[in-house]
Amino acid sequence: MSLIADDTLYQVLSPTGEVVGSVPAIAPAGHLNLYRWMVFGRVFSDRMTALQRQGRMGTFAEVKGQEAACVGLAARLTEEDWLMGSYRESLAYMVKGVPLAAQLKHWGGYIPDNYPFEARCLPFQIVLATQVLHAVGIAHAIKYKGEPHVAVVGIGDGATSEGDFNEALNAAAVFELPVIFVVQNNGWAISVPRHAQTRVDSFVRRAAGFAVPGLRVDGNDILAMIGAMDTALDRARSGGGPTLIEAETYRMGAHTTADDPTRYRPPEDLELWGRRDPIIRYRKFLMDRQLLTDLEDEQLQDDVTAEFEAAVAEFEALPPQDVAQHFDLILGNPPPQLARQKAQILNEQ
Amino acid sequence: MSTLHREITFSEALREAMTEEMERDPSVFLMGEDVGLFGGVFGVSAGMLEQFGENRVRDTPISEAAIVGAGLGAALVGMRPIVEIMFADFTTVAMDQIVNQVAKARYMSGGKANVPLTLRVVNGAPGSAAAQHSQSPEAWFMNVPGLKIAIPATPYDAKGLLKTAIRGEDPVMFFEHKMLYAARDIVPAEDYTVPFGEAALRREGTDATVIAIGGVLPNVLAAAEQLAGSGISVEVIDPRTLVPLDTAALVESVKKTHRAVIVHEAHRRAGPGAEIAAVLAEEAIGYLDGPVIRVATKNVPFPYHPELEKFILPGVDDIAQAVTGVVNYVL
Ligand SMILES: Cc1ncc(C[n+]2csc(CCOP(=O)(O)OP(=O)(O)O)c2C)c(N)n1
Ligand SMILES: [Mg+2]
Repeated sequence: MSLIADDTLYQVLSPTGEVVGSVPAIAPAGHLNLYRWMVFGRVFSDRMTALQRQGRMGTFAEVKGQEAACVGLAARLTEEDWLMGSYRESLAYMVKGVPLAAQLKHWGGYIPDNYPFEARCLPFQIVLATQVLHAVGIAHAIKYKGEPHVAVVGIGDGATSEGDFNEALNAAAVFELPVIFVVQNNGWAISVPRHAQTRVDSFVRRAAGFAVPGLRVDGNDILAMIGAMDTALDRARSGGGPTLIEAETYRMGAHTTADDPTRYRPPEDLELWGRRDPIIRYRKFLMDRQLLTDLEDEQLQDDVTAEFEAAVAEFEALPPQDVAQHFDLILGNPPPQLARQKAQILNEQ
Repeated sequence: MSTLHREITFSEALREAMTEEMERDPSVFLMGEDVGLFGGVFGVSAGMLEQFGENRVRDTPISEAAIVGAGLGAALVGMRPIVEIMFADFTTVAMDQIVNQVAKARYMSGGKANVPLTLRVVNGAPGSAAAQHSQSPEAWFMNVPGLKIAIPATPYDAKGLLKTAIRGEDPVMFFEHKMLYAARDIVPAEDYTVPFGEAALRREGTDATVIAIGGVLPNVLAAAEQLAGSGISVEVIDPRTLVPLDTAALVESVKKTHRAVIVHEAHRRAGPGAEIAAVLAEEAIGYLDGPVIRVATKNVPFPYHPELEKFILPGVDDIAQAVTGVVNYVL
C-alpha cells in the first residue's frame, strides 16, 4: 500500500468475506475484540433509536452500517493518542475509552459533566468541521512537546465542504503534523448526496491538493481500516506528517432520529449496501478462520445486548439532573451575576 | 375581509412570499443546505424545487461562508438571492462574509453596489436543541452598520416583510423563530408588503409598554391577558424590524404609559433590549416613571435539559412579574 494520491480502493475483505488483500497482523483475541465492538455498535445504534422512539432518549445519530469505519478509526490508538469527531463518531469514542454510561448521559440530555478528557477525546462536535482544526492544534502541541502521539479526527463527507476542513489540511501539511483525517464518506449529508457535495471523485484527491497523502479505503472492511490506520499511524509517529483516510461506507439509518430518509433515499441503495454490510463479511472471515462459531456468535450478541441494557437500567435510575449545576460550568471564576442566577433557580425549586 | 384572506402558517407565509417573488422576478432564487428536495430542514421551501427547478432552488455544499459570499457576488450583478442559513448559530461560520463583505459592499464601492441579498436565518430555542442550535444572535448584527434586520412574529408580517426584503436594495438578515413556523394567522392572498421600520401595535394599553421582539410575542400577549385580569393594562409593541428601529413608535407609547419592559429571546447582556433601553433613555427619559426592564434569556449557554431551558427563557410569568414590578415602582 503506497501513500501516493492514488485512489484505488484498498480492501482486505470483499463484501462476501473473501480475503482479497494482505490481512494485517492481529492476534485472535484482537480479531474477536474488533468484532465484538462492531456487534456492540449495531446493538447500540438500533437500541438507542428504539429508546428515542419510546421517549426514553434524546435525539440520536445512528451509526448503523458504519461500524467498521468507526471501530477501525479508533481501535489502533494508544491511550495517549487523541481522538475527536462529530456526533457520528459515538462508537469510535467508546472504542477509544469513553464509557457507555457517559454516552447515555450525553444523548439523554444530562449536563455534560462527563467530559471525556480522560479518554483523550473532545466532546463530539455539532458545528460541522470545526473539530478538524482542533485536531491540528492538538497535533501541533504533540509535536511541540516531542511526544510520540497522534491526533485522529473523524469528519463526514458533507462537512468537508467547510472552509475549516480545507484550512486544517493545509496547516497540517505545512507544519508536518502527526494528525490523521478520517473522512467517513457515508454517502449522505442529511438529504444531500455525496456527489452534490464535491465533484472530486475521491477525497484522497482533495488531500493531494494540499500535499497530504491519502488512502481510499473500503470503510465497511474492518481489516482494510486497520491496515490503513496502521500505515498512517506509523507515518505520523515517525515524523512523516499527516494522512487522510477516506472510509467509503454507507449510512444505513436516518441522519438522526429527527430525520426520515425515505423522503430522499432510493430504496435500491439500502439493498446494495445491505449486501456490503461490514458485520456480515467480518463474521464470515472469522468463521472461515475458525475464530468464531455460530454458538459463540449468538452468545456474543446476547452479551453485548445485556451489557447495553444494564447500562440503560443504570442510566434510568440516575437522579434527575441537578439544574443548578448548569451555572457552575460556564466560567472558571464565576462572577456574582452567575451566582445570582443560580440562587434564583435554587429559590424556585 | 376579502375572500382571499385565508389562515395559513408562518412557514407557508414565507413559502408564499418566496414563491410569489420568484414568479414575479426571474432574478430571485433560493439557495442553502437541504433546501431543495428536502424542502429545508423545517420544511419552509417544500415543493419549491418541483416548481422552479434546480437552477433556482439550489442545494449547496455545506459551506456557509461560500453560500453567503456567493450570494453577495450574485447580488452585486443584479440577482436577488435568498440564502437560508439552517441555524442562526452557524452564521458564525460565515461571519467575515456577513460583517466585512455583505455589510460593507455598498460603502466600499462608493455607493455604486446594490446588495439585494436576503439571508433567512433560523433562530430561537425549539426545546432541547442545546447550546449550538438555539441561539438568537440578532444583536451581533445590530452592531454592524450596513445590515437591515427583520424579525417577524406573525405569519402576516413574515410574508410582508420577506417580500420587502427581497425587493429591497440592501442586505437583510431575516430572523425566523423555529417555534413560530407552525403559528397560524389570517394572511391575504393578494400581493402586499410590510415596510421596514414600522412597529406594529399588538395590544393597546395604558399602564406599561411591553416591547416584544420576534418569537416571544405569544408569551407577551399571554402575559398581557393575564395582567388585564389583575387590572394592569398593557400596551404591546412589536418593532418587526430591529434595523431600522421604529423609535418614534416606542417613544410615543412610553409617553402614554410611562413604563417600559423589553422582552426578547436573545441573551440579556447586550441583547437588542440594551439598544432599545438606551434609545428610551436618550429620547424618553422625561416620560419614564420607572426603570426600563429587560426580560430576556439568562446569560448562560442554552442547556439541553428541558426544565433548565424553561428556566433560562423568558416565560409568561417572568414577563408578568416584570410588568407588575415597574407598574408598582415608586420613584
Ligand atoms: C456549520 C454547520 N452547518 C450546518 C449544520 C447542520 N448539519 C448538521 S449535520 C449536517 C450534515 C452533515 O453531513 P456529513 O458531514 O456527511 O456527516 P454525516 O451526518 O453524514 O455523518 C448538517 C448540514 C451544522 N451542524 N453545522
Ligand atoms: Mg455524510
